[in-house]
Amino acid sequence: MEQFFLAIGIALMLLMFLSLYRVLAGPTILDRMLGGNVIGTKTTALLLLIGLLYDNVGMFVDIAIAYAMLNFIATLGSAKYFLHRKSIHLEDHQ
Amino acid sequence: MAKVVTFLVMFAFWVVMSGMFDAFHLSFGVVSCLLIAHFSHSLLLYGDPKSWGRGFFGILFYLPWLFWEILISNLQVTYIVLHPRMLDLIDPQLVRFKTSLKRPISKVTLAQSITLTPGTVTVDIEEDELLVYALTASGAQSLAGSAMERRIAAALEGGK
Amino acid sequence: MILNIVSIVLICAGLFFFAVGTLGILRFPDFYTRVQAAGKCDSLAAVLVLVGIAVYNLGDLSLATVLVSIKILFIAAFVFISSPTATHAITDAALLIGVKPWTKEKNTP
Repeated sequence: MEQFFLAIGIALMLLMFLSLYRVLAGPTILDRMLGGNVIGTKTTALLLLIGLLYDNVGMFVDIAIAYAMLNFIATLGSAKYFLHRKSIHLEDHQ
Repeated sequence: MAKVVTFLVMFAFWVVMSGMFDAFHLSFGVVSCLLIAHFSHSLLLYGDPKSWGRGFFGILFYLPWLFWEILISNLQVTYIVLHPRMLDLIDPQLVRFKTSLKRPISKVTLAQSITLTPGTVTVDIEEDELLVYALTASGAQSLAGSAMERRIAAALEGGK
Repeated sequence: MILNIVSIVLICAGLFFFAVGTLGILRFPDFYTRVQAAGKCDSLAAVLVLVGIAVYNLGDLSLATVLVSIKILFIAAFVFISSPTATHAITDAALLIGVKPWTKEKNTP
């Protein structure tokens, strides 16, 4: 079972690296935010898997709760922030 | 009434979250839950007390159906994503459609459900008009007068 | 034993949908279609993985593990509510800023 969780964790890490491509390359600023949001969702699951590997889920579940809320609020906050900055951050023509 | 129910819900949440049952932690919980119940009782529960229980159970019966729909719609999106000639399949478009739901909570439930199901994302709600971004043309057509709206109306608005 | 099998199935299904969501963000042509893949697949996948972990955690039954499982289910419910909201917020911002949508007429000769 331990091996299985390790494999799932590594697969999640690889998927996060793939999503990182969207953060680095995404044509508009909102693509980058979307990539960050997706990585954050995966991190919530990954934290719990790390907790299972360390046999200490009780501690990691609190971190995961905090991370899930932080991810949500960060996305909302930055979406609201970029509402007021129109053409500056549009890199559409690249 | 609203304050008492809010206090009980908040305190149950506190006990589950803290997991400590000694007097010190429980008294902290009682104090903070009392403060929350006093100042923001109108956020969790509003309207007349009879509608609270019905809204809760309505949502409870609505969720399994929604989960099934989400599973089906995810398989559709999976098919589109994994298709080699993906660009032939998609035909994105913005659609406006009117809803007959009245209560804010049921409008929000409808918007969230639309976001989670077949190829559609809710962009904006103005009064009773929803702006929906659909991935395919068939997804856009299936919105108006859908089973989802009827089920939400039955779950959250029935008898009004 | 049954719990282990159930949790393995749930976590594998979740991983599959995570992979589909990631591929979707990489392959789709414009921002609005990427939102579709990210918002749908990721919320379902996260819920599946979290429920799988909660089920596995119930393997040795005691008060502490039950509390931890309930907490994990709370995270799942929170992701289930917050993920569409975040998707909605980003899409609304994109529409207001004026990100151009990809349409079929424009891109097919």
